[in-house]
This record gives sequence, C-alpha cells and structure tokens, in this order.
Amino acid sequence: MTTILSIRDLRKSYADGFEALKGVSLDIEQGEILALLGPNGAGKTTLISTVCGITTPTSGTVTVGGHDIQTEFRAARRMIGLVPQEIALEPFEKVWNTVRFSRGLFGYGSDNARIEEILRKLSLWDKRKNAIKELSGGMKRRVLIAKALAHEPRVLFLDEPTAGVDVELRKDMWEIVAELKKAGVTIILTTHYIEEAEAIADRVGVIDKGELRLVQDKNTLMAQMGKKQIEVMLADPIQAIPDSLAVHNLTLNGNGDALVYTYDTHADRTGITTLLNDVAQAGLVLRDVQTRQSSLEEIFVNLVSGEPA
Amino acid sequence: MNWSAIAAIYRFEMARFFRTLAQSFLSPVLSTSLYFVVFGTAIGSRIQEVEGVSYGAFIVPGLIMLSVVMLAISNASFGIYFPKFLGTIYELLSAPVNFIEIVIGYVGAAATKSLFVGLVILVTATFFVDIRIEHPFAMAAFLILSCLSFSLLGFIVGIWASNFEQISLVPQLVVTPLIFLGGTFYSISMLPPVWQTITLFNPVVYLISGFRWSFYGLADVPIGFSLLAILVFTGTCLAVIGWIFKTGWRIRS
Repeated sequence: MTTILSIRDLRKSYADGFEALKGVSLDIEQGEILALLGPNGAGKTTLISTVCGITTPTSGTVTVGGHDIQTEFRAARRMIGLVPQEIALEPFEKVWNTVRFSRGLFGYGSDNARIEEILRKLSLWDKRKNAIKELSGGMKRRVLIAKALAHEPRVLFLDEPTAGVDVELRKDMWEIVAELKKAGVTIILTTHYIEEAEAIADRVGVIDKGELRLVQDKNTLMAQMGKKQIEVMLADPIQAIPDSLAVHNLTLNGNGDALVYTYDTHADRTGITTLLNDVAQAGLVLRDVQTRQSSLEEIFVNLVSGEPA
Repeated sequence: MNWSAIAAIYRFEMARFFRTLAQSFLSPVLSTSLYFVVFGTAIGSRIQEVEGVSYGAFIVPGLIMLSVVMLAISNASFGIYFPKFLGTIYELLSAPVNFIEIVIGYVGAAATKSLFVGLVILVTATFFVDIRIEHPFAMAAFLILSCLSFSLLGFIVGIWASNFEQISLVPQLVVTPLIFLGGTFYSISMLPPVWQTITLFNPVVYLISGFRWSFYGLADVPIGFSLLAILVFTGTCLAVIGWIFKTGWRIRS
C-alpha cells in the first residue's frame, strides 16, 4: 500500500487560545475509505480545512502524494477535492457553469466530455441548465460533489456528506463513494452517523477534543473492542436466575424469558459450551439463541466517555 | 501562473454582469443621462463656459469618473464579498491559486465592467453635448487606471466587510463626498483660496483633473501630479491586498 496523505503532529490554535488540533498524526493509504468520527467541536472539520488549505496550521506538516501543502500547495491541492459540510453554492449560477468553474479553478481547461460524465454519474445531467436555486437540497449536495470531482482529485474529503439528507439519498451517496473507491479515489469522510462508517469505511478514526484517539481497521476495531452477547430465549419464563447459573454472570430480561450472557470474543475460552450445558442441566428449555455484537456506535460512545466497550 | 483559474474567475464574474444587465448597465446610463438633463441642459444653460468649454461638456469627464469609480468599487467588493457571504469562498481557498491570480480574476472582471460602463457613458454623453478628446491615449490610460485602482479598493472593501451594509458604506460615505467635492461639477479655481488649498488633500481632485485634461487640455493640478497620484493609489491598494493575503486577514483563519 502507498501512503497518499501523511499528517505529522498537526496543531492548530486560534487567536483566542483555543486548541482545535493538538498534534494529530495520521497516514492514509491510497484507495482506502477512512471515516473520522467525533462529537461536535472535536476538530474533524478543522483537520479537513487545514489539509485543504482553508485554515493555516499553527505547526506540523501535511503531504499529499508527497507534496507539502504549504511549500508545494499547487501540486498538493490539485490532488484534493473537498465537499464541505454546509451547502455553499452561488444560487443564480447554472449547474454546468459552476462545475466548469471548479474545473478551471484547479487549472484544467473546460472538458465538456469530462463534465458530462461527472454530471451523468451524479444524476445531474437533466439539471445541467438549471440555476442552482431551483434545485432541491439533495441535488445541491450532488452539485457540491460534482464540483469537488471536476478536477479529478485523487483524495476526496467529504465533510458530513449525508447530514440532513433522506435515507434514499444517503444510500445513493454510499453508492457514489463505493464507485469512487473502485476508481482508486482515496476518501476521507467525517460523519455523525456511525452506521455510515460501519457501512462504507475501511478504517475508522476517532477524534475528540483535538486529539486522534484511535485509528483502526473497522473490522479489527469491532472485533477487538466489541463485546459479544448471547441471548438465550427460554420456552417458559422464569422468576429468577437459578443458583447453578450464578457463575456465568447472566442477566434476565424484563419478561423473564431470556438470559443474556456477555463474553469476550478474544478470550481463549468463551464459556459458551459450559453455559449451554448448565442451562440444560438447570432444566430450562431453549426456544432460540441469538448473538449480538457491539455496534461501532457503542464503541465510539464508550471511547469518548473513556470507558471500555 | 494558473491561467485557467484566472479565466474561470473572470468568466464567472462577467457572467454575473450579464445576468444583471439592467442593474449593471442601464442604471448608470439612466442616472448619467439625468445628470446631463439637469446639470448640462436645465441648469448648465444658465452657467457660463468654463475656460472656453460649455458647462455640459465640462462635467463629462467628472461624470464618467463618478460612475466608473462607484461601479468599480461596488463590483469588486460584491464580487469577493458574495463568496464570503455564501460560503463558496472555501473553493477559492482550497484551489491551487495564489493571491495574485485571485486578484487578477476578480479585479480584472470588476475593472472590465466599469470600463465598459465608462465607455457607454462617454457615448451617451455625445448625444447631449459636443465632446472633444485632445489626448486620447492619456484619456484611455486614466480611464483604465481608474477602473483598476478603484476595483482594487473595492476588493479590499469586500474582504473587510462583514455585512452588506459595510459594502455600501465606503462608496456612499467616503467616495461619493470625495468625488462631488473633487471637482466633478466645477473647476477648483472657482473656489475661495482657502478651499482650493484644502481641496488639494482630496485625492480624487488629481484623478478628475488629469482625466479632464485628457479631454480639453484643462487641468486644476499639473498632469504629472495626477499621474503620480493614481500610481501611488494603485500601489497602495496592491500593497494592502498583498498584506491581506499574506496574513489571511478576514479570509483564512
């Protein structure tokens, strides 16, 4: 794997003394999708803005494709596309013109075939002659993506791409992201929707109070930090957990018809076999057995609150 | 140089001009025509000639400057303030462009628009009064330099402004009085001696005097001073813009 984006000890302090980034270091591999999770004000947008050149770093270095974002800003920025969090578009401009403007701004001549390809891919072709103010919110978000893709970036930042969009559009966005990944584009997205990170990311980074708390492969993270639970459904409800099962630290659900057993997926012995034997010996009849793994959301909440998942 | 970016910004800004053609083009033509009707014909007919030039013709250079300066400032300030207001400035800041390219794009477009309107007013004026241009190259140079320098000033205003009210503050409260008191409608030799001296501190006097000289050979101040004044003004605006981009003042946090 080749590192396409390298961030080293990046710090950003504002004039009022607020430290938005406290020494963030991060390597992003070519072609991967990294989801940055974090509460509001954690520093996600500041991190993106700094890499993209909107905010000046206080210290630290960032290279994109080996180009320093300050000393070789032209080469670095040409590789980056940014879809901002807020919908910021000139309302009276036509869709086609605004995409062409973005392409020109990044140093590329007007290439009608390329612009057409982008607009078609984003289902904007029929709207190309419309003024932006005539478009729906979802369409405007697509225009932002089209503008970011107009100069064929190798790294795409999506700052909360699906904030406030309906379920259908969110699914569409995920498909667009998947297609871009197929085309070899590296994608860094920030999101509040854990399910989004869970659905599309290869790696997950958790940022909180200006510090990168963790970056890990999504599956590894879930496997390492996630607890698994077995829910043993009983054919007949019980009032209390039999004493013979006390050793398993079970909990009984409200209806008394299910026992919940929590275990560590990485332990040498999960204790599942013994549990099921003991349940049978206690004379309980099983109706069903279900397993459940911690979601990324639970892991994230626990990380930020400082408790183990 | 990122020429594509300059062309993209320029084209984008000019498109705004053509979208709002009535506002950008018809309104200055209408207001200037009204000036000619009121000052040139109605009142001007009762005013004697100024150094051999009819009053209606005398005020033409000043009227052109009035429109050109106001439009240059408003076009350039609006051009850069609007992206700030809408939030679309993110794209400009994250693009591979430096401040020189941004300034050329925005200021070039604003200067072009005001130059265009200046020429339209000149043509309009010929329908009302007899105009002669003794020094056409000097006239063109003064007109172009004025368009450029006040577009630069407008760009600074647009960066500085944090709301729409501030955008109109500088043209209305600073530039309009300077233009009206800068000899647009009179020769400063008509003023009492004390006011003649005070007026020399108004930079617009040099601009209008030089521009009028290019028409009729009449000048309130030596032509060299006029040229120097506009060059110093342009240089100062460029230096301020250079500082703005170096420090990121009001644009890059």
